[in-house]
Amino acid sequence: MTTDYATSPGAPAADAKAPILEVRDLRVEFFVDGEWFPAAEDVSYDVRPGEVLAIVGESGSGKTQSSMSLIGLLPPNGRSEGSAKLAGRELLGLNHKQLSKVRGKDVSVIFQEPMTALNPVYTVGFQIVETLRVHFDMTPKQARARAVELLRMVDLPNPEESVDKYPHQLSGGQRQRAMIAQALACEPKLLIADEPTTALDVTVQAEILKLMRDLRHRVDAGIILITHDMGVVADLSDRVMVMKNGRVVESGSADEVFNRPQHEYTRQLLDAVPHLGSETFAASGLNGEHPVAAAEGTATLHVSERPLGQPLPRPGLLDDPRTGSALEAKGLVIEYPGRGRVPAFRAINGIDLTIGKGEVVGLVGESGSGKTTVGRAAVGLLPVAGGSLTVNGVELAGIKPKDLRAVRQDVSIVFQDPGSSLNPRLPIGESIGEPLKLHKIASGADLDRRVESLLDRVHLPRAMRNRYPHELSGGQRQRVGIARALALSPKLLIADEPTSALDVSVQARVLELFQELQREYGFACLFISHDLAVVEILSNRIAVMSKGDLVEVGPREQILRAPQQDYTKRLLAAVPVPNPAEQKLRREERDRLLAAAAPAGTSAAEAAVADGQRVEAFEDAEQETLGRRYQGPGPGQV
Amino acid sequence: MSITPPLEPNEGITDPKSTVENTENAIELKEVEGLSQGRIVLRRFLRHRGAMISAVVLVAVVILVTTSIGWGPIPGWWKYGYRETSDIVNAGGAPTMGFQDGGFTFGEHPFGQDNIGHDGFALVMRGTQQSLTVMFVIGLLSTTIGVLVGALAGFFRGRLDDLLMRFTDMIITIPVIMIGAILGVLVGGANPWSLAIALSLVSWTNMARLVRGQFLTLREREFVDAARVAGASNARIMFKHILPNAVGVIIVNATLLMASAILLETALSYLGFGISSPEVSLGQLINEYQTAFATRPWLFWWPGLFIVTIALCVNFIGDGLRDAFDPRQRRIPTKRALAKADARKARSQARAAARA
Repeated sequence: MTTDYATSPGAPAADAKAPILEVRDLRVEFFVDGEWFPAAEDVSYDVRPGEVLAIVGESGSGKTQSSMSLIGLLPPNGRSEGSAKLAGRELLGLNHKQLSKVRGKDVSVIFQEPMTALNPVYTVGFQIVETLRVHFDMTPKQARARAVELLRMVDLPNPEESVDKYPHQLSGGQRQRAMIAQALACEPKLLIADEPTTALDVTVQAEILKLMRDLRHRVDAGIILITHDMGVVADLSDRVMVMKNGRVVESGSADEVFNRPQHEYTRQLLDAVPHLGSETFAASGLNGEHPVAAAEGTATLHVSERPLGQPLPRPGLLDDPRTGSALEAKGLVIEYPGRGRVPAFRAINGIDLTIGKGEVVGLVGESGSGKTTVGRAAVGLLPVAGGSLTVNGVELAGIKPKDLRAVRQDVSIVFQDPGSSLNPRLPIGESIGEPLKLHKIASGADLDRRVESLLDRVHLPRAMRNRYPHELSGGQRQRVGIARALALSPKLLIADEPTSALDVSVQARVLELFQELQREYGFACLFISHDLAVVEILSNRIAVMSKGDLVEVGPREQILRAPQQDYTKRLLAAVPVPNPAEQKLRREERDRLLAAAAPAGTSAAEAAVADGQRVEAFEDAEQETLGRRYQGPGPGQV
Repeated sequence: MSITPPLEPNEGITDPKSTVENTENAIELKEVEGLSQGRIVLRRFLRHRGAMISAVVLVAVVILVTTSIGWGPIPGWWKYGYRETSDIVNAGGAPTMGFQDGGFTFGEHPFGQDNIGHDGFALVMRGTQQSLTVMFVIGLLSTTIGVLVGALAGFFRGRLDDLLMRFTDMIITIPVIMIGAILGVLVGGANPWSLAIALSLVSWTNMARLVRGQFLTLREREFVDAARVAGASNARIMFKHILPNAVGVIIVNATLLMASAILLETALSYLGFGISSPEVSLGQLINEYQTAFATRPWLFWWPGLFIVTIALCVNFIGDGLRDAFDPRQRRIPTKRALAKADARKARSQARAAARA
């Protein structure tokens, strides 16, 4: 396994080229509370034309700030020292006017969130034309022609029409394409991509990565890829730099870093990444068979043989499989009611799903597939519009609010964003104890004791009970969220993407905790996630959702190794794997799959637009209905 | 310089990964280390120079007006009451305060006298008392009404929201000064309390709209759903969970409301619809003595000065509070603070070098 993945036309020659960017002893500091606090120290690296340097690290490692300091985009209380030369010209210390000439022209940035980085009141074309005309002497007509050309280069469907579209008329992936077109407008020498795919669905991410791979050879720019996702790094980068606490702990070629990591932190980081296939194959004894390949009945590939640092014990059914189910949905329909001329939006289109007692079912799908809607309906936050939904033996369709209270004693939910799901004005001890207090299970000293024991359970020190959420890190907050959900010892737990807002190493630890607690408490669990690798670690069975329908349900091994539906196959193939060689094979496999699966009648582009519209309709409907929940029959209905 | 890491999550369990989690967002955590949200806001407020000076001045004014001529049970140290008349000391009742015989002196009547011998200082003190009363009562009462209306409308939405907001719109369309004038006359203008209550009934609208907006946003946050799943009632969600999160907006707007309340009271009294003789307020003083502007300007200037001072102070405090409550606001360090930090760093480095 040599560097064969890098034998793309540009890469071997790239080594010979002079570096486009030389960073030496870069130091970024922030002024906090009367002191300079370093965010990055002693950062040195080179970027050559046509080369992708990935800067990897967790939040707070200084990876973004060190790159933004190059073009003077630090917050007002930050400053940078050292040297950064772009094609021989020193960037640090340039004044505002000089910098604005560099930005956009020589260096451009692809931001994480295309919706917020594009101005919603101007068309995509206008924004590209603006960039062009600021830096070049062009007539509006020429600039527009160039904009269309750029949009064609990034494979945006119908560039002549798309150029006049507003950002909200494009889907997430298309917006990111438009962003990339804008970034490439002035043929920059250096492109900084700050988590370019983090906000996207896994299938869209795969497309954007493909585009970026194609473009790097065409534009011949140096690319700095800032990311925390080892899979993305494996897919795209030539060289990797790992940062931790503002320092570079390791740097080298992608092959070196992935296959022979030197620093302990790098190894930890790699081990923490949930590795699609690791669980299933270890369990089934069919080590090394590639899921997609197996399904297609083609080549047998070898999964990385590197042993997992801490093999996670498998969750299993309890020793005595009890009868009955924790959740049972039959023809479940959930609608966001229409308002005025807006028709009702059907988010869930008649699904059947059963979760046995003590069983963990993973629910996966892309955004807009309705997976979160199912979770919210199960705890009674959304009304059931049709069919039946039974939770712990109680029918939720048409339930009265006062009966709902009893149901909620046995079912609880862990929310996606721990920053938003904890009340910022309540000490966490109070948040955890609230369910106990409201159901009159404990009060006074007894309540304190139980809160403390819950904190012990999630491995948080008892002293933290008087802290406020903003004083905790993301991982600690999510532990609090789990402790609160477990306060009433529920029989069914809904986990709505509980780790998607967390760093990988934190995610690994939270997942471990989750498994431990599941074994201890034996609750049934609906684990909602967009990340197949995470679902694989935890679930007994996996359900795949797409556009409000349940596409496929089955035991974990079956879904991952022998998926029946094309949608599942595509989803599986899109997940990047943190291993360059393996990822290359997966990529080829995926391209083949897509080529075969391309629908005859409708183009992929049209499908993408339709998808985008669905996601949007979903968001709109959600906004509407979340607000209207209390309206219908009377306040406090749900 | 060392940051105390948040307490080890896994005490006793040696796990190399725990350090990773602890250093996450270290910079952010350092800023808020070990502080409740209230303490953070207080600290930022104390750093706001304009607001702090204003707070000191306002407190000084309150102490001055309470102790000088006495207020209710509190005895005063000033020798004249605001209704007493005495012999006119200077020609025309001009202020006795000033430089005389080579030294500064307050004299018998530092703010002067009117044509029948009322003491100007006592009048201004009494007027300020009444105006402050009106200000605080309006601030408190219309905040309460506004918060209640806004909270109900924003939380329940739907028909109740439509109803309450159309009612609010209706009150907004009527000029406050007009409705205030009518109400002021109806309830009897002589008493500052009844005037304040009347004005509160028309000045809560802005607060209601802002609180409604806050509730509309906050109720979509996940912690509200979390509370609902935990079994919280609507009232508990509104007052225990949402209201504390809106308190920043409420406090800031309450102060700004108070600043406009004192101006409203002044305007009404000046027009003759507010507090009227024999009771005294700052606006009423200006109204009463506007004809004497050419001959006895001091009767006009002193109450005016107090109005401006109080209104400015309250506005500045509101500004400071707004900055303190806005978490996104990042202070740009001053040159001096930067130089100090650099010097400190250089010193500690030199010390370390000397030791080595």
